[in-house]
Amino acid sequence: MTKVEAIIQVSKLDAVKAALHEISVEGMTVSEVRGHGRQKGHTEFYRGREYTVDLIPKVKIEMVLADDMVEKVVHAIIASARTGKIGDGKIFLSRIDDAIRIRNEERGNTAL
Amino acid sequence: MRKSLTVCLLLAMVSLFCLSALAQTSSANSNSSGANAASDAQSERITKLEQAVADAKSSGDNAWMLTSSALVLMMTGPGLALFYGGLVRKKNVLSTMLQSFALMAIVTLLWGIAEYSLAFGSGNSLIGGLHNVFLHGVGAQPDPDYAATIPLQTYMIYQLMFAIITPALITGAFAERMKFSAMTLFMILWSLIVYAPMAHMVWGKGGFLNASLGGHFPTLDFAGGTVVHVTSGVSALVCALYLGRRLGYPKQNMTPHSVVLSFIGACLLWVGWFGFNAGSALSAGSLATSAFVATHFGAASAALGWSAAEWLRNGKPSALGAISGAVAGLVAITPAAGFVSPMSAIVIGLLAGVGCYFMVAKVKMRFGYDDSLDAFGVHGAGGTLGALLTGVFASSAVNPIFKDARGNTLASGLLEGNTHQLLNQLVGVVMAWGLAIVGTVVILKVVDLTIGLRVTEDDEIQGLDLSQHGEEGYNLEAPE
Repeated sequence: MTKVEAIIQVSKLDAVKAALHEISVEGMTVSEVRGHGRQKGHTEFYRGREYTVDLIPKVKIEMVLADDMVEKVVHAIIASARTGKIGDGKIFLSRIDDAIRIRNEERGNTAL
Repeated sequence: MRKSLTVCLLLAMVSLFCLSALAQTSSANSNSSGANAASDAQSERITKLEQAVADAKSSGDNAWMLTSSALVLMMTGPGLALFYGGLVRKKNVLSTMLQSFALMAIVTLLWGIAEYSLAFGSGNSLIGGLHNVFLHGVGAQPDPDYAATIPLQTYMIYQLMFAIITPALITGAFAERMKFSAMTLFMILWSLIVYAPMAHMVWGKGGFLNASLGGHFPTLDFAGGTVVHVTSGVSALVCALYLGRRLGYPKQNMTPHSVVLSFIGACLLWVGWFGFNAGSALSAGSLATSAFVATHFGAASAALGWSAAEWLRNGKPSALGAISGAVAGLVAITPAAGFVSPMSAIVIGLLAGVGCYFMVAKVKMRFGYDDSLDAFGVHGAGGTLGALLTGVFASSAVNPIFKDARGNTLASGLLEGNTHQLLNQLVGVVMAWGLAIVGTVVILKVVDLTIGLRVTEDDEIQGLDLSQHGEEGYNLEAPE
């Protein structure tokens, strides 16, 4: 099993969700997060005073998948979230030891 | 027989003649008493009519003045509370709003007990006496020196609303770091030591600066440029300097947590200001109209002035800039409202919008003081500018305030050739600055030495909502 963590632009969430539904991804967890990579934020002015806002709102999507799904999902996210500009986000993949469904204690891929 | 008949006839004729004569005199009598009664009735009707006209005027004026009183209260809560509340960080929103609200309650009681008497009771040229403590003698009967057509009690409650908002304006300077207890004590002392004498000098009977009741230096201040804005703005600067900066200022980001709240607050201030300025005519006649119009034009042009300055300098016009500009214009037009034409109001507004932007964006940065919500930059600077410009633009055609012994109208402002007026305005401004600086320093010292002014560092980091009041403005994660 693999965990896919995708950090994307807030405005791309709907497109990514639609693309994932198309390839039959069944579950995901979405959170609103703040952060920055190379994009480095923006400046705001309040009464002539300049403020740098370096933590920008982003959306994080987390999914744990059977390994054969991973590449399809990665491609779907890239295709739907990319604008080509700095700030499009990142995808992280990591191994998952096990998964347990709380309702009936199923384990492994069947619990996903 | 014939003889007796003749006599009878004669007698009858005589008696008829007499009767008719009698009848004539009695009818003549009744004619003359009828004429008297008619003229009595007429004069009675005229008296009644005069009374009815006076009553109608009084009703009209009183209706407007009670409305204005409510409008001015609305400026403090919710107007100023929202305006300031939106400008602070999330953790201080309630404490900031509560400071304004608390003054609505505290100053009201203080006003009833003694402050009204000190401000408007007869006294010397600097401060009122104690004749009206506990509102003694303040009833339905008008006081012609102040306002001949409204109950003195209406005048009293209207003036109270000014006494509430003025200290509330200062809270912008020490936002996010002053103890609530210290704020309370400070404001009580400030109301008695700074506000009451200043109001008395400019508006009170026999006041040193009173333009309509024979002051030595008649300062034109229609609705409180010196009394309200200069005193509060300058005291705000003193507070900011005395208390020092907020922890982390200016390195840490302290952006307004909700310009939306400030926006709503500023719009309420604009509307409330019609009560503040047009109400200061103390009647519902044409003077109220001209003050209303000047107020509106001043606010509009200042909003544009600030926005234009910001647009040129930062490349973008902002919502916060537009509303701050409007407030700056309202401040500057306050002393001038009942004395200037709409076109002069546009000039005053424009200068205030650009000038206050410069104060807030440049001067504050240059000197590094933490006037957190720009109470000095907007009210101190805008009030001073407006008070001086009133001496320039005041027009005797709008308001013939100065008259010679024979009742001929004299020139009002510099543009009409009254060069002296600018000097009088300057005296008023200097008095307001002086009283505000000395009074505020003394009061801050007293409060500092008795109960202390600032919250502890931990309390400041935690936020005043939690540390001073044990609550939070936004319980978005409250249990379902």
